[in-house]
Amino acid sequence: MTFEKFVFYVFAAILVFAATMVITRRNPVHSALFLVLAFFSSAGIWLLAEAEFLAIVLILVYVGAVMVLFLFVVMMLDIDLATLKAGFIKHMPVGVLVALVMAIEMFMVVGPANFGLEKVPAPAAQGAGYNNTEELGSVLYTVYMYPFEIAAVILLVGIIAAIGLTMRKRPETKFQDPSVQVRVKKADRLRVIKMDAED
Amino acid sequence: MEKIYLLIVLAPLIGAIIAGFLGSKIGRAGAHWVTSGGVGLSALLSIYVLLQFINGSTGIYNDSLYIWMVSDGIRMEVGFLVDQLTAMMMVVVTFVSFCVHIYTIGYMAHDEENWPKGSLAGTNSYQRFFSYISLFTFSMLMLVMSNNFLQLFFGWEAVGLVSYLLIGFWSVRETAIFANLKAFLVNRVGDFGFILGIAAVAMYTNSLDYAEVFKLAPGLADTQISLIGGTEWSLMTVICICLFIGAMGKSAQVPLHVWLPDSMEGPTPISALIHAATMVTAGIFMVARMSPLYELSETALTFVLVIGATTALFTGLIGVVQNDIKRVVAYSTLSQLGYMMVALGVSAYAAGVFHLMTHAFFKALLFLAAGSVIIGMHHDQDIRNMGGIRKYMRITWITSLVGSLALIGLPGSSGFFSKDAIIEAVHHSSIAGSGYAYFAVVSGVFITALYSFRMYFLVFHGKGPRDEHAKAHLHESPKVVTIPLILLAIPSLFIGMFTVGDMVFGEWFKDAIFVLPEHDTLSAIGFHGTWAFFTHGIFGLPTLLAASGVAVAFVFYIKKPELAESWKKRFESVGIYQILDKKYGFDETYQALFAGGSRGIGKLLWNVGDKGLIDGLIINGSARSVDRFAGWVRNIQTGYLFHYAIAMILGLLVLLTWFVIA
Amino acid sequence: MIALSDYLILGAILFSLSVTGIFLNRKNVIILLMCVELMLLAVNMNFVAFSHFYGDTVGQVFVFFILTVAAAEAAIGLAILVVLFRNRRTINVEDLDTLKG
Repeated sequence: MTFEKFVFYVFAAILVFAATMVITRRNPVHSALFLVLAFFSSAGIWLLAEAEFLAIVLILVYVGAVMVLFLFVVMMLDIDLATLKAGFIKHMPVGVLVALVMAIEMFMVVGPANFGLEKVPAPAAQGAGYNNTEELGSVLYTVYMYPFEIAAVILLVGIIAAIGLTMRKRPETKFQDPSVQVRVKKADRLRVIKMDAED
Repeated sequence: MEKIYLLIVLAPLIGAIIAGFLGSKIGRAGAHWVTSGGVGLSALLSIYVLLQFINGSTGIYNDSLYIWMVSDGIRMEVGFLVDQLTAMMMVVVTFVSFCVHIYTIGYMAHDEENWPKGSLAGTNSYQRFFSYISLFTFSMLMLVMSNNFLQLFFGWEAVGLVSYLLIGFWSVRETAIFANLKAFLVNRVGDFGFILGIAAVAMYTNSLDYAEVFKLAPGLADTQISLIGGTEWSLMTVICICLFIGAMGKSAQVPLHVWLPDSMEGPTPISALIHAATMVTAGIFMVARMSPLYELSETALTFVLVIGATTALFTGLIGVVQNDIKRVVAYSTLSQLGYMMVALGVSAYAAGVFHLMTHAFFKALLFLAAGSVIIGMHHDQDIRNMGGIRKYMRITWITSLVGSLALIGLPGSSGFFSKDAIIEAVHHSSIAGSGYAYFAVVSGVFITALYSFRMYFLVFHGKGPRDEHAKAHLHESPKVVTIPLILLAIPSLFIGMFTVGDMVFGEWFKDAIFVLPEHDTLSAIGFHGTWAFFTHGIFGLPTLLAASGVAVAFVFYIKKPELAESWKKRFESVGIYQILDKKYGFDETYQALFAGGSRGIGKLLWNVGDKGLIDGLIINGSARSVDRFAGWVRNIQTGYLFHYAIAMILGLLVLLTWFVIA
Repeated sequence: MIALSDYLILGAILFSLSVTGIFLNRKNVIILLMCVELMLLAVNMNFVAFSHFYGDTVGQVFVFFILTVAAAEAAIGLAILVVLFRNRRTINVEDLDTLKG
């Protein structure tokens, strides 16, 4: 067993373990944290597959942004955990059975018989000058320019939608409205009145 | 001449349109002036045309005026064929129609009494009636003057339509509505055959024009076609019989005669019009016109002969037991139409058409006289309630007598010549069925005399009307009624003796009617001048039978009325009277068979087909099954997210399995 | 050497696990969302492996786009979740049955 293979199996074991934890933990916070672990280990596996850029992006975007968002939400919402876990055991056999059948079928398709080393030989390792980011970027900014732009738009839409959905005016909160502050006129602040002089 | 022909046809139409659409504006007088004027103009021009033909100063006119469309080489057009036959028919139609128009002025003068007060249908009914009878004349003229089958069919149907409108003119009477429906439906049966015949003609000759069809007909005489069941038929026989079925409907031949007696529900003027000049003569005219086709098929001729003979004898018998004055005349019409058909059947077309002409005059006369009596009796039509009317209505009496005598064939009257010619022609015919036909027409003479004079005696002789009130008000009808009677009485008596020589035995129809030499029964008779025919006929069997018929009627209904009762009882005891009274049960049979049958089918289709299949299974059933299916499917829509997710996953699993296995 | 099938089997296991997760945590929308993320990860794993073994960068480009869409999806999904909770005071899927036919 080579070192690479060893690393792969270690990461794979962690990944499977983490995934199992994600789906079995009662507490969503724990699940989220195990999911973070899963992302980390799969990032490691992607590194083995020479997809360095994506591995970093996975950690930055998923772990750094998405999973933090998850944690935020989980903690923000006051969730009754007990009811949510009810029926967990009851549905286990069916779920496991379906998953098993699915897994076996997928093994039959993607197993070594079809995708073993004899069928698909391992590619030669890239040279020292190889830059995955540059490689990806040269494709992304040329051939996939428009999809890339559209992805940007999708993200924008996601931002607007998320804000639009969750934003609400709470009457009890006090806040400043800078645009109104900027547009203020003299007449709004100062009132000149005429009155008789007092003695 | 073309302009004259067009004018003859259009004058009644214009009159009808003006009276029909502007009836309320021009008023009653306007309506009857414009329509009578139109028809009168047609009558004058028709007589002019006929005189031209008699002088020989005009020839046969055959031309198309307007081509409506051309489809696959078949021209559909409006055109006129005016030959001697047409000219004669035009005169008969327009003259009788003109008399009826004038008569109607008197007969319908108080038409508003026949309608419920203030009813919408009753408004301007007078004008509408005039519009209809003018339209009737127009339709009949289109029919007789046509030079192609399509226009013939147009006239045919238009006559049927207007007769429908007229028979049911008093639309507030239920019986009138049933009668016009019956006339219409029975005519549809005939017209179905008729249009099949026309279709067969168009199919095999690729033309609708008379001249072209007649030119091609001899070439098709041996053509055989196979019909349902694979049986071989002579094409000409099929065409002729199909066309004749149409004629059976229009000319009320057994078994499609049932509508004619019921058409008596209409006002009397239109009964006269239908029975004398228009409508029923259409069938006779059509067969005569198609003589080049009928001559080619002896089977069809025999068919015509047998049907005609049956009609002549058996409907006459019914006339003996009728008590409604108009119905007696109606059955006599049926019987006389039978005579005409018999004449056509033995290829004596000229005699048939000749009888059509004389019959038109005396039958119109009889109807109008009957109408006059009905006016006098205040619309009581039962002859048992009448009697002794001759003292009160002298002109009606005399003209009726003239009409009846002409009908039974008093030697010298027009009916004598026409009927004798037919009987002689049948006598000399050797076509299959001629023996039966001879028996039928000869015994028919006796029957005709019996019912005609039964009616005549019961109405005009004997003791006065039963109802004293009616008796007190009985008086002669106004001049507009009596003048047409006189106008018609004159030709009823005399037209026969002046025309028989030329029309029946002469050369008059030689261009219009085609007779094969071996079928030429009329020349077989051996005509040696009108006088010789007259003297020969006086002592002939038919005259004898007619005289004995009159005598029997005289004894039964004047001398010893109780004898009539006892004979009636005697016939009742063996059931003959009942059979006649039921008119051989045609109506009942049709009622049970066709009406009942179609009602049964209708009910079956309604219950099983409509309610069960269409409503139940297809419409409500589909709705129900959708409802049921939706009710079942909506259970799947639990609204729970995880159910949808599981469904997706299971779907994915199935897809994957299929992918792996396949 | 690590074979392509190793990566693919790992992806398959991940996917099956997340399917199981959907079955098990049928009531908790948050964990359902996490399972979906896990599924996407499994798919991405395959893309990366194929990209590596066939020497085609396009697979990685695709992963890039999937990450983008997944991020947007997670953001909107969580936003919906927040709104939902705000309105119904629950994220229990069993209480959310207004879609019922």
